[in-house]
Amino acid sequence: MNHMPRINRRAFVVGSAAATGGFALGFHAPMGAAAQDKTPEINAWVVVKPDDTIVLRIPRAEMGQGTLTGLAQMIAEELECDWSKVTTEIPSPAENVARKRVWGNFNATGSRGIRESENYVRKGGATARQMLLQAAANEWKVPVGEVTVANGVISHKSGKKTTYGKVAAAAAKIEPPKDVPLKDPKNWRLIGKPMKRLDTVDKLTGKYQYGIDFRMPGMLYAAIRDCPVNGGKVASYDAARAEQMPGVKKIVQVGATGVAAVADSWWQARNAIAAVSIVWDEGAGGKVSSADISAMMAEGLTAEQAFVGNKAGDAKATLASATKKVEATYSYPYQNHAPLEPMNATAVWTNDRCDVYCGTQNSEAALASVIAASGHPVTKCDVHRTGLGGGFGRRARNDYIIQAVQIAKQMPGTPVKLVWSREEDMTHCAFHPATHCKLSASLDDKGNLSGMHMRISGHSIIASLMPDRLENGMDPAVFQGLTADSPEGMFGYNVPNLLVDHAMRNSHLTAGFWRGVNANHNAIYVECFIDEVAKAAGVDPLEFRRRHLRPKHLAVMNAAAAKANYGKAPKGIYQGVAQIHTFGSYVAAVADVSVTDGRLKVHRIVAATDPGYAVNPAQIERQVMGSFVYGLTAMLYGEITVKNGAVEQTNFDTYPMMRMDEMPKIEVVIVPSGGFWGGVGEPTIAVAAPAVLNAIYAATGKRVRNFPLMNTDLRKA
Amino acid sequence: MASLNVNGKVYQAEVDARTPLLWALRDTLGLTGTKYGCGVAQCGACTVHIDGVAQRSCQISVGQVGGKKITTIEGIAQNGVLSRVQQAWLDNEVPQCGYCQSGMIMAVTSLLKSNPKPTDEDIDAAVTNICRCGTYQQIRQAVHAAAKKA
Repeated sequence: MNHMPRINRRAFVVGSAAATGGFALGFHAPMGAAAQDKTPEINAWVVVKPDDTIVLRIPRAEMGQGTLTGLAQMIAEELECDWSKVTTEIPSPAENVARKRVWGNFNATGSRGIRESENYVRKGGATARQMLLQAAANEWKVPVGEVTVANGVISHKSGKKTTYGKVAAAAAKIEPPKDVPLKDPKNWRLIGKPMKRLDTVDKLTGKYQYGIDFRMPGMLYAAIRDCPVNGGKVASYDAARAEQMPGVKKIVQVGATGVAAVADSWWQARNAIAAVSIVWDEGAGGKVSSADISAMMAEGLTAEQAFVGNKAGDAKATLASATKKVEATYSYPYQNHAPLEPMNATAVWTNDRCDVYCGTQNSEAALASVIAASGHPVTKCDVHRTGLGGGFGRRARNDYIIQAVQIAKQMPGTPVKLVWSREEDMTHCAFHPATHCKLSASLDDKGNLSGMHMRISGHSIIASLMPDRLENGMDPAVFQGLTADSPEGMFGYNVPNLLVDHAMRNSHLTAGFWRGVNANHNAIYVECFIDEVAKAAGVDPLEFRRRHLRPKHLAVMNAAAAKANYGKAPKGIYQGVAQIHTFGSYVAAVADVSVTDGRLKVHRIVAATDPGYAVNPAQIERQVMGSFVYGLTAMLYGEITVKNGAVEQTNFDTYPMMRMDEMPKIEVVIVPSGGFWGGVGEPTIAVAAPAVLNAIYAATGKRVRNFPLMNTDLRKA
Repeated sequence: MASLNVNGKVYQAEVDARTPLLWALRDTLGLTGTKYGCGVAQCGACTVHIDGVAQRSCQISVGQVGGKKITTIEGIAQNGVLSRVQQAWLDNEVPQCGYCQSGMIMAVTSLLKSNPKPTDEDIDAAVTNICRCGTYQQIRQAVHAAAKKA
């Protein structure tokens, strides 16, 4: 349950009001918790203390999505321990490296926390269980096949009983058995149950420690201004006035692109950095505004060259010869993740090593960044993981961590906590990519889809963040939810002649992974357009989908429609539907809305999800509800624009958020069909907007094709 | 040097009187349960009680507070026992990342003091804090649950 970096608990007290002196640098936490309290681990995943307390090591980052509790359930399921005695602990990436990545991948992005670690974490629990049982069998001199366990109490038919805590020391010395079989899902007793989260209490009392709360003796605070134009750099700066301000210790350049003030408190640092006059070399990006980016993307809609993501039959020929055709063009803006805790990291750099304390979704990648920025080898660096005040993909990027190290390196031996202002955070981001999309479809004489061409034009995340992963120039992630056969996300509609292609058009901004990623706009484009085609065919939107959807896509759509009483909405309430397969899960939604004098009210949304297996239904429900807030906020308000290369939105007054008063009632239907593991945190975001937009059309006859919705006057239907 | 009365304790804080209360609480007194989210009174993560009234501590300076009684999230539980709002938050499993919840609990604690049985509309009007994880539905449930226990 303790979410603090391990170093806090053993070396010094954090959070003291009078934290001064007595702090020796060059510390390093020993490998594994076992070394701290002398309790040997059973294996990398499990420590059992003599009092039967269970410590489970959870590698994936917890940022609110509940993976910490879900993974603990999965280890405990196989371990057969007493759930009420379970606590958790977070290994550091350097420990993982030193132990040859015994904990696998630490990355918590792409809704992969559960689905990509389910097998090895369960094996970890099962192996530890077998070692504990073997230890009891050895003590009793009976075959291990004769001992059983329930809730951490081991029994033998002779009547002998012992506990995990009593045999743990002996079990730790046993050679781990190989290939211990996993339980049949029908025998699960923890997986599938709405177990309470393990990390709630400290979040109610102010005790839970986020990166921004981290403190250490002698620590200074830094505030930064990075070039407002992405791709630009510092030409020169004058720090004379700032250096004279109270509490200011140093003004430093940060890499090529930023300047930071380091002071006794963050408020002093923030005032000082505002007083530094900086001359920027804005580069080519300084001439770019949103209209230029939009024109570039519009051009891509008809460009000759495009990467093909899905192709069946001959869509272009079918469309050329069709008698009944539908065409529409949509667009989607750049958006900021805006997690409520602004980016921050504390770094300590000495000639010998570098330690960073921060929240990160991918601490192994963060460690790689620390190694590169610090100049120290992997054996002399670590990232100590704190809690995360939201991630949403933003904390998978390490720009703030690199900056913290670059600052600390200029103040050897002094811990420096870099905190971005909200304004810095809003304007410096790997933004949700902007795209445009042109869709064309043809109907046969029965009113069914005969051909469809979907041309996406816009920014590639892979090109922005990891260009080495482009495949002959193509970004395959662009086709999220649109592929022919990827288990990550298959296009749901049977269309005999289909072409989905992408004209890459990247602006000077950096595009990044934003909760839901490319599925968000892809779902709007496809699901709103399918409604337009259904309208042209004269068929009810749900009925039209029933004629065309693949079985698993349709099953969740039907589950949502049944729960929502589709077609039987009360007077004045209008319904819209949407579905997608993404992050390995099938999801659908039905939205009930009304529009009065142009004012939208979302009354109710029913969401259905088939994630294959449902580990914790209570947390899945919360993730789905939260994802709708995220998705609806994006649809209603999310828009980052640029003028002269710089982002125009600076805070929540210019980048608004959905609040309590706009929260619809959300009902969640979980229909796990088994046999695969799908994600939970992201998939349902994608259906939030199109379900509501289709309901708005039903209510007003107005088809909104450009976002956010706040730019459209729904009175002018 | 400023004198601050926080959670029943008087602190002598070495801080300029123009410093926002938020930063004096966090950086000078080490009471980091009160969160920074925006600095412009939009998000409510920094909500504290000043003489019992919920206020956004990023917008009030140490000098303006003077000797008034400040309560932060650290002062809500008494002798290790969660308040009824905190307990309702626990029972309804409200937090996801949890970063906004200090401010939410402070806002709701203040609301229930002035309006012990708030309607949904009252909650909408009084709780204008931002939650990016989207826990609004659980918050609404928890507010009603806490009100019932009064």
